[in-house]
Amino acid sequence: MSQVPDVIIAGAGIVGAACALELAQGGAKVAVYDKGVVSGGASAAGMGHLCVMDDSEAQFQMTRYSLDLWSRISPTLPPSAAHIHCGTLWVAADEEEMAEARRKCDFYRPRGIPAEVLDAKQLAEAEPNLRPGLAGGLLLPADSVLYQPAVARWMLDEACKLGATVHTNQSIAAIEDDGLHMADGAITAGGRMVNATGAWAGQLTRNTAVKPKKGHLMVTERAPDFCFHEVVELAYIKSSNSGATEAVAFNVAPRPTGQVLIGSCRQLGVWDPEIDRNILNKMLRRAIEYMPGLAQLRGIRTWTGFRAATRDSLPLIGPCPGYENVWLATGHEGLGIGICTGTAKVLAAQMLGTPCEIPVDGYLPSREAARNA
Amino acid sequence: MSHRRMQTSILIAGAGPAGMAAACAASESGARVTLIDLSPTAGGQIWRGAKPSGKLSKQWFERFAKAAPERIQSARIVSAEPEARKLLAELPGNESIAITYEKLILATGARELFLPFPGWTLPGVVGAGGLQALVKSGLDVRGKRVVLAGSGPLLLAVADLLREREANVLLIAEQASSATVNRFGLKLASSPGKLAQAIGLRARLASISYLTGCWVASAQGDGCLRRVQVQQDGRRWTVDCDYLGTGYGLVPNTELAEVLGCSRTCLGVTVDDLQRTSVEGVYCAGEAAGIGGVDKSLVEGVIAGYSATDNPGAAQALFVERARTHKFAKLLNTTFALRAELRSITTPETIVCRCEDVRLSEFDAREGWRDAKLQSRCGMGRCQGRVCGPAVEFLKGWKSSPAKPPIFPARVGTLVADDEVES
Amino acid sequence: MPNEIEITINGGQVRVERGTTVAAAILQAGITSFFHSPSGEPRAPLCGMGVCYGCMVTINGETGVLACQTVCAKGMKVVTE
Repeated sequence: MSQVPDVIIAGAGIVGAACALELAQGGAKVAVYDKGVVSGGASAAGMGHLCVMDDSEAQFQMTRYSLDLWSRISPTLPPSAAHIHCGTLWVAADEEEMAEARRKCDFYRPRGIPAEVLDAKQLAEAEPNLRPGLAGGLLLPADSVLYQPAVARWMLDEACKLGATVHTNQSIAAIEDDGLHMADGAITAGGRMVNATGAWAGQLTRNTAVKPKKGHLMVTERAPDFCFHEVVELAYIKSSNSGATEAVAFNVAPRPTGQVLIGSCRQLGVWDPEIDRNILNKMLRRAIEYMPGLAQLRGIRTWTGFRAATRDSLPLIGPCPGYENVWLATGHEGLGIGICTGTAKVLAAQMLGTPCEIPVDGYLPSREAARNA
Repeated sequence: MSHRRMQTSILIAGAGPAGMAAACAASESGARVTLIDLSPTAGGQIWRGAKPSGKLSKQWFERFAKAAPERIQSARIVSAEPEARKLLAELPGNESIAITYEKLILATGARELFLPFPGWTLPGVVGAGGLQALVKSGLDVRGKRVVLAGSGPLLLAVADLLREREANVLLIAEQASSATVNRFGLKLASSPGKLAQAIGLRARLASISYLTGCWVASAQGDGCLRRVQVQQDGRRWTVDCDYLGTGYGLVPNTELAEVLGCSRTCLGVTVDDLQRTSVEGVYCAGEAAGIGGVDKSLVEGVIAGYSATDNPGAAQALFVERARTHKFAKLLNTTFALRAELRSITTPETIVCRCEDVRLSEFDAREGWRDAKLQSRCGMGRCQGRVCGPAVEFLKGWKSSPAKPPIFPARVGTLVADDEVES
Repeated sequence: MPNEIEITINGGQVRVERGTTVAAAILQAGITSFFHSPSGEPRAPLCGMGVCYGCMVTINGETGVLACQTVCAKGMKVVTE
């Protein structure tokens, strides 16, 4: 007779996997359920970028903490994780964006984040394929990129060594205080439940304000030495935080194979998984504007994914309002790969009632209600 | 990069027998026809190189020359906008073209099914059809020792060509059993034309060893093929050779149809009796609509051509002939169905995905195609799963994911070349 | 019009019959490896029809060209990996 798991995690993406490992390491009996395969949601689609961000103090705390945790995990990752320490290069097209680059640098450095402002000449040296005429940029050498499907798999394998179980291709209808209510009517009982289902989170628990934010990516054939960093336009931040429901931004990254990943775009509230030619092309044209040489590279594959977007672009980590035994670990938008490590710690600390290394208030799901009160 | 646009009435994708036949029928009906193909010449695989050798191909090439449809050669269709009735193709020399059509006939043919076995990635191991294609495009095989292995009448056709070109065909290894092959031979008696063909072929190949229930278990060599290990009835022996032509049947090329939104099954694109697909204005004929041989491709091509030019009467007149070819197709496919034992020729160490060097053992813990792709990168290479997908489906029973644009690898610049952009 | 044309493969002059594809010309020249796979294995044509991407070579400076779908032209410079 198998015992009821202490914790059931719905969602075997990288956030669910990180939480599973953390809780298993803490001695909990964990079961992970997913409607599909491991890393099948946004974790299948993303660029694998581990980066620090400063849109808000809470975001900065979470991203910095997570990068620290990644630096501790990295030496233990398998080769398939393909963790490359390429750094992020934020590109400034004009003086206004350069001012933003300097502001970020001044924010990061005193807080221990290595950062360097590059002028136009230095930018061209760092990324020769960027078009001439750009103003400069901000280099964050401690950022990196990895292949997250392999990492999610590895995290779950490690959790399984500690007694966790993983159950794929299990359709879940709802998450309740007594367990997962499966699509076939059965109830999978658990002590406490965690909703880590990303864009689908709002379909499984109430009071979970998560919307899909569709993205497209393209990968090219091997083009060694075409780009060396995760390169992003500074205007990306403007585009991702603006009220606009649809936006594209220049964003490329190298893969260890020498292939180039081309992104990025976002469409809020769109559930259609098909390739949308219009926005894909808009994204490609934006990319060519910044790196004209991309036009000559051959694209091999395109795919889509659904980020989990929240109203304030911060994740929901903590007790789910309206439930006794249900917790949320979702709403990671475009940062889920990077901050899955910090998320796991923040969730575990709350579930165990232990202190957390960073303040957790900014991620509490109840903040929405507090804001509206 | 230079980009141009054109418009046509009937656009035919694929200039093999089905495409050529459709082009003839449509042109003869008075329509403006454009034929686009990724090869430098018409004829597809079976009539490669546009040098007609048999009576049938001679007739059709003559008819095709008279029909003289507009041709776009060496063109790779990379994306499609079905609502706008537009296809985008990449051409050599950094050029691209966007073609708007009224009706589209898909005659995209088929590719070979390759089963992975130890050593199959060695240079010198080619498809059976692949070897045929190379020989027809100029490869001199005089005196070269060749083993052919796999399944189906294609092996005999290739052996015939190789014999003609003075290669030394050492062995034809057919995986189907002798009972199955003999039954096939007997059933051919009901189509005298085919029987005569078969008898003629048999006579020409009389001196070549033809073994049934036989297959190649491994290919060996240092950097290129030197010998193969052949297996029959549990016996294994070695044959020294220069080329191994191996093909285990055909897989329909349905990628363009999928991107257009056409319904399909594992057998091919779904069509009605007028060769219409589930997408309005799009037709499909030939191997892409179901493997069945050249006669099926020709009659379906003509029906599609008449159908697309609003000539249903002329199309209907060919239904009986088409039914005959479908009967033969069914016979062909059941006779040469692959035996389950062939799954054992792929060892755990065998590379299954040639583009990314993924071995069979990497699939042990995997749950399906998507999981395998994400964790091993199988199917993520340039061939976009065209080679490994059907192999993995045979070995593991996993269906590969639906095709997405770009339909073939395409320059990023090509993909945006046709966009109307406000300056 | 002569029935043969000259191209260079890896710097060496080769005569081929008009209409020969680059893939056939390379094999004819005794070169067995067209490029290398990610793990370093030699690769050569498999499908012969332009879908397996097993025959990629550099032609006149352009990389990743499918040799089996390219007809030899006078003066072509072909380089295998």
